[in-house]
Amino acid sequence: MSNSEAILKIKDLKVYFDTDAGVVKSVDGVDLEIKKGTTLGLVGESGCGKSVTCLSIPRLIESPPGRIAGGEIIYKGKNLLELSEKDMQGIRGNDISMIFQEPMTSLNPVFTIGDQIQEVIMLHQHKTSAEARELTLRILKKVGIPSPEIRIDDYPHQMSGGMKQRVIIAMALSCSPDLLIADEPTTALDVTIQVQILDLMRSLQDELGMSILLVTHDLGVVASMASHVAIMYASKIVEYGPVEQIFSNPGHPYTLGLFTSIPVVGRGKRDLYVIPGNVPDPLAFPRGCKFWPRCVFAEDICRSQEPFLENIGEGHTAACHFRGKIDKHLWKEKTNTGSFLNISR
Amino acid sequence: MINNDNDTTDLHLGMAEEVSRFTEAWRIFNKNRLALWGLVIFTVFFLVAVSGLVLTVGDNPVLDPAKVRLSEKLLPPVSPVDTEMVKPEDRPFAGIYLLGTDDLGRDVLARMMQGAWVSLTVGFVAVGIAVLIGIIMGGLAGYYGNVRINFMQLLAMAAFFTSMVFLISGQKEMAINFMTASALFVSFSIVYYFVSVKGSGDPGAMRFFFFDTVSVDSLIMRFVDIMLCFPSFFLILTVVAILPASIYNIMIVIGLTGWMGTTRFVRAEFLSLREQDFVSAARAMGIRDMSIIFRHMIPNAIAPVLVSATIGIAGAILTEAGLSFLGFGVPPPHATWGNILSDGKRFLFDAPWLTYIPGLSILVVVLAFNLFGEGLRDALNPRLRKR
Repeated sequence: MSNSEAILKIKDLKVYFDTDAGVVKSVDGVDLEIKKGTTLGLVGESGCGKSVTCLSIPRLIESPPGRIAGGEIIYKGKNLLELSEKDMQGIRGNDISMIFQEPMTSLNPVFTIGDQIQEVIMLHQHKTSAEARELTLRILKKVGIPSPEIRIDDYPHQMSGGMKQRVIIAMALSCSPDLLIADEPTTALDVTIQVQILDLMRSLQDELGMSILLVTHDLGVVASMASHVAIMYASKIVEYGPVEQIFSNPGHPYTLGLFTSIPVVGRGKRDLYVIPGNVPDPLAFPRGCKFWPRCVFAEDICRSQEPFLENIGEGHTAACHFRGKIDKHLWKEKTNTGSFLNISR
Repeated sequence: MINNDNDTTDLHLGMAEEVSRFTEAWRIFNKNRLALWGLVIFTVFFLVAVSGLVLTVGDNPVLDPAKVRLSEKLLPPVSPVDTEMVKPEDRPFAGIYLLGTDDLGRDVLARMMQGAWVSLTVGFVAVGIAVLIGIIMGGLAGYYGNVRINFMQLLAMAAFFTSMVFLISGQKEMAINFMTASALFVSFSIVYYFVSVKGSGDPGAMRFFFFDTVSVDSLIMRFVDIMLCFPSFFLILTVVAILPASIYNIMIVIGLTGWMGTTRFVRAEFLSLREQDFVSAARAMGIRDMSIIFRHMIPNAIAPVLVSATIGIAGAILTEAGLSFLGFGVPPPHATWGNILSDGKRFLFDAPWLTYIPGLSILVVVLAFNLFGEGLRDALNPRLRKR
């Protein structure tokens, strides 16, 4: 897997928003890489810049106030930031597709679902409407909509949330994209439907060979879907690596905190661990390491110098001054969390 | 699917809701007696106006609004024709003046029916123009509101509109001058774009002429505010006094002064719609801006526009009647409700039906449109629907 080519490479991406209160650096120097046919999980708290990163890949940042202030987004050797808007429209939906968080509002209420999927197919693949309808039926069947011949003429309000998310996946996959960006695709669904949707995405990935950028704050979802994980905190990637590595040997105190704050059934009664403090104000990030005010290991160096991503294992990087020196056992002592969680897959 | 049961129950709930979606709107409308009467009168008015068009045209129409019979002047409603004085081909339909005659012995029924068609077309065409302008302006302000216009584009636009003003007022030479200036500014902008944006050359001193001035949103909405400052009836009077009197000019002028409300509605709808996920999803699927605006957003924004258009038609009919009454409306041989009223006021005590008939007709039709529009608003307002 390591020698297969990268389909998407993000280098030092910076996305800033000009607001009245100042410049909000929502994404500040992010590097990511997604290999062909694999899934990258992007994990982080609300407001850390996950969604902005996602939206900036197909260049959907509202401008103004937003702007891509620097960096490169290289998709199949082309820098997307240098393409014209017209070329970009040809890539959106056709090469890079996106699934949004809310299935309830992601479909246009005044059109049938068939119309909406056909529009995308006709736009990108230059098919007649009869051919597009045929393709739509096929893709609806593929995503597990029962009796698609009838449901194709349904309006979105006639469907349940899970069904709508299937339709949205069908629409995103209608032109067989090479990269699917899924921005919290299961957050709004209940747990049983979540499993179905994730199973569906996995099987479609195997079938079509596409890559997925999966944004979530559910580490369970990441464990079951992703091959690599990037942990994002305050506009930056703080840890990146293969999913096994990160789950068995987290190298950043923030990652450790995330894992510890997952409730585990059957571990006895205890207060759930929470990372102390709040997400920092994006207008006034702390100096030095952005995590130090909430970090149990923080020392003077953390307050003055910002750490960079550096190797701590094979393909495993972390941005911490104490990388390699902290591990689960030290974490347990420091935080008094007696039972460190079993987070292996 | 494992969870098929769940999906099917949801599906049935969905079906039930789908059936009620249209019927629910109709039920709310149906409950509103006044709105229902509005709809009935609207339908009758429409039929009368269309038959008024069909029956009053041609060389020898069934109802002749222009036939002068001086011996039969100022007859009250439901008077039979005097068969000795009037030639058979000059007699009114069925030999009876259903609504009486005016001071020239013309059949008021025929004139009212011809006038109904004028009122209908003026109402619909004027509001059609207003709604079209309103949707375009409101759509631009709502969707491209954040885009900033640079100085050169502002100049080009100002020059273009000035040239339009000169063109309308008939000064061709000045119009051409300003149009050339506008074209010059536009080409200047294009050159600048290719120098500074496409090729990354330094535009140098040219940059001075391309500083951002206002956003599209403020430009359009402040223009709306300015337009709303004019008392529109007097604006229309002034314009109509300058332009040659014709029914088309009246329609256009009423349309051009009535688009501001629609613009505000559409902009407000667009501002909320563009934040909706389905619009982001459409953009993420690579659908073009124009397609998003016209195919995805306008159908979602049309309900309040429809309501304001219905009420706007009533306003346009009233404005046209007012203009005709003052003698600025449709030129005389053609009958409209306003000029029947105007002609009748001289005989208010001798022949009151000449005033009452058009006056009451205007009252009833305008009231009907307003009630219908209000009923429609209540029926289409999701907040009034029972959950």
